[in-house]
Amino acid sequence: MPKHYETVIIMNPVLSQEQVTETVDKFRRILTENGTEIVHENNWGLRKLAYPIQKKNTGFYYLTEFKGDGSVVAKLELEYKRDERIMRFLTVALDKHAVAYNEKKRKNAAQKKQEESAN
Amino acid sequence: MASNEVRYLNPPAVEVNKKKYCRFKKIGIKYIDYKDATFLTKFVNEQGKVLPRRLTGTSLKFQRKVSTAVKRARHLALMPYVTDLLK
Repeated sequence: MPKHYETVIIMNPVLSQEQVTETVDKFRRILTENGTEIVHENNWGLRKLAYPIQKKNTGFYYLTEFKGDGSVVAKLELEYKRDERIMRFLTVALDKHAVAYNEKKRKNAAQKKQEESAN
Repeated sequence: MASNEVRYLNPPAVEVNKKKYCRFKKIGIKYIDYKDATFLTKFVNEQGKVLPRRLTGTSLKFQRKVSTAVKRARHLALMPYVTDLLK
């Protein structure tokens, strides 16, 4: 049973929108090439940081949840370190409670969206 | 040598020790999400430091989950390492 992983990256705020999407696509390609299945992706967009990172107070957050072999994480993080557009990243292994939590959260969000579109 | 036993006029109101309980076990929360900063600020004091178990009453298992979640949130700049008047 492949393990679930969740990775969050903070990208430099000076990037333009297409540079952001370009970096995201680059890492999505790395994931898909190495035989992982991307379960969910979530773009939080530009957010204020709690403390300045590299003299910057805001950053583009991007979350990716994927399922696959553990060796992919090392490759992924190596690429993160090389890419200077990424200010900070965090990759976390998810246990079954975490996966259930994420599923439930997505279901509620989808349900809420339906309710909003309904009325 | 006056006896050092101090007698008060009326005994100081000793705060009756209300039974602390682990809110995670009671509500049945299984996973503490490190991305949910608003929820995590309940377990952090004004300076942004993690509250000890004796104040929050959480069980050891969930106290560890809370502290790892807070540390991850700090790493991702969702929560400050040190601040004042966080509340």
